[in-house]
Formats: sequence, structure tokens, C-alpha cells
Amino acid sequence: MSIAIYIAVMAGVTYLIRMLPLTLFKSKIKSKFLRSFLKYIPYTVLSAMTFPAIFYSTGNVITAAAGTIAALVTAFFGLPLIVVALAAAGTALLAGLFI
Amino acid sequence: MRSDFFKGIIHGIPIALGYLSVSFGFGITAVRAGLSVAAAVGISASNLTSAGQAAGVEIIAAGGTLLEMALTQLIINLRYSLMGLSLSQKLDRSFTTPHRLLASFGITDEIFAVAAAQPGRIKPLYMYGLILISFIGWTGGTLLGAAAGQALPQMFTSAMGILLYGMFIAIIIPPSRKSRSIFGAVVAAALISLLFKYVLTGVSVGFAIIISASIAAALMALIAPIDDEEEEET
Repeated sequence: MSIAIYIAVMAGVTYLIRMLPLTLFKSKIKSKFLRSFLKYIPYTVLSAMTFPAIFYSTGNVITAAAGTIAALVTAFFGLPLIVVALAAAGTALLAGLFI
Repeated sequence: MRSDFFKGIIHGIPIALGYLSVSFGFGITAVRAGLSVAAAVGISASNLTSAGQAAGVEIIAAGGTLLEMALTQLIINLRYSLMGLSLSQKLDRSFTTPHRLLASFGITDEIFAVAAAQPGRIKPLYMYGLILISFIGWTGGTLLGAAAGQALPQMFTSAMGILLYGMFIAIIIPPSRKSRSIFGAVVAAALISLLFKYVLTGVSVGFAIIISASIAAALMALIAPIDDEEEEET
């Protein structure tokens, strides 16, 4: 099958998922529960995506755990996104040299 | 206002730098799976998403069906619906339907997280700045990785696998320090997600993420509803 068709299906489905809710919901949601729910969603989605997947992200649980700790510590001190990400990768790389 | 656009660009620089390195890894993976450099860049430019693209390349490499492709994208990327819904409550009045149609292309985990953390309402130009710079980082990194990534030693490319998750941690930890209820939501979501990984193993990854995130958010919305003070800002 042509790769272009695969890509078109991928992109089409992904766009519709993003577009429909943002375009259809124009009024303010009345329910306080639903509004609170939607404010917690970004944090819970990212958390569920990260744990436990992060421990398998480098192909080695030990180097990944080292990188995770580095990310948690740098994020705790409020360092910028890119610094936290690079600290995680750098630590995982260093840990890989020792095992 | 033009300054909204530049503000978006500035806020998007850390995202773009993160994307540059993460998508570098994607470019390497895609070429290894047998895709051309052009196909890898085409996927990044038209999808602008990480997990969905990685799964998509696996399906293409395995010669999967289009239905399988559509369902996989739906499940993995369904979280963007929740994000879009959440964002729809925060948009400025100037965000008309054409703007929504255009800006929705750029809803990603990081762009959403940055936009959602802005005080007040979000204007279209701000979103476009944020999306444009992130888009350049994502497709540019894919191009570099696909074209030149093979030259890197394996140990570098393995370590790069953690970059994306490092970014996620950088987004969720600082608000968790400030708010005990956000901390509770983050911990609950992680625990439920662990449950799916090790106990309820029959559930696919995409569904596990949606269910974990929804239960944790619903739980905290019941225990600690958030009062929004910035109701009618202009």
C-alpha cells in the first residue's frame, strides 16, 4: 500500500480528534465538576503517559531510572523544560557508561 | 496584536528545542523502519505528535491495515480531545471558527500545557506563535534525524528516548509543588497507570492512558473542585 495513503489516514484522524472539540464547544461549560475535571486533565494525562513508560524509554530500566531521578530533581527546582529533558537524557547516557 | 505572536514564539522556544531533539529520535526510528526521509518529514509535518507517529511507523513497517492505523491513532491521540475541550473554555472571544479550525492542528501535550498555564484568555496570534516555532522544531528535528541520525552511536540514540518524558515531568512537577490537589491528581493518575501496566495488562496503552487520566481527574474534581476566578477577562 502507498505510504502516502497511510500518512493521509494518520493525519486525518489526528486532526479530527483535535479539531472537533475545540471548534464545537464555544459556550462556557456550566458544571463546576466538569470545569474542574478539565483543569486537572492536562496533569493527569501527562502523568499517566509518563509513568511507567519512562522506565522503558531507554531500553534499560537502570539508565532510565537514573534519568527519571535527574528529571524529577531538576523539575523540582523549576528549571526550564529543555534543561530538565537534557538532564534526563544526559544522566541516562552517563549511567549507561557505568553498567 | 503582533506582540501576542512574538510572545507565543518566545514561550514556544523551549518546546521547539525539546521537539528538535525528540523528533531527531523519531527521524532515526522512521528511517530504520524503512521509510524515506521525505516520508518521515511528511509524517511529522502533517501529524505533529509523538506517540501516535511512533505507532504509525510501526504499523506502516508491519504492513498493517488502514483501519488498524485509524483506530490506533484514535486511541493514542484521543487525549487531544480532552485537551481541546479544556482549551475551548479558555479561548478569547476573538477565537472565531476559522481560527479554531486552524489552531486545533497544533494541539500537542506541550503546546496545550503551556497555553493552559497562561493567565487569562488565549488569543489566536499567541497560539499561532506557539504552534509555528514548535512545528519548525518538530519537522526540522525529524529531517536532521532521518538524514543524519544513522551516523550516531547506539548509546546516544537510546538515551534520547527519555527526552520526551523528561519534558512531561518538567511540565507536571512545578504546579504539583504549588498545589496539593494537582499533586494528588498527578500521583493518582500515575498509580492507576501502573495498575494497567502490571495488573490489568489486557488494556492497550492508548486506552490505559485515557482511563487513568479520566479517573484521576474526576476523583480530584469531586474532592477538590477548582474555583475559577478569571471568569470574564478581556
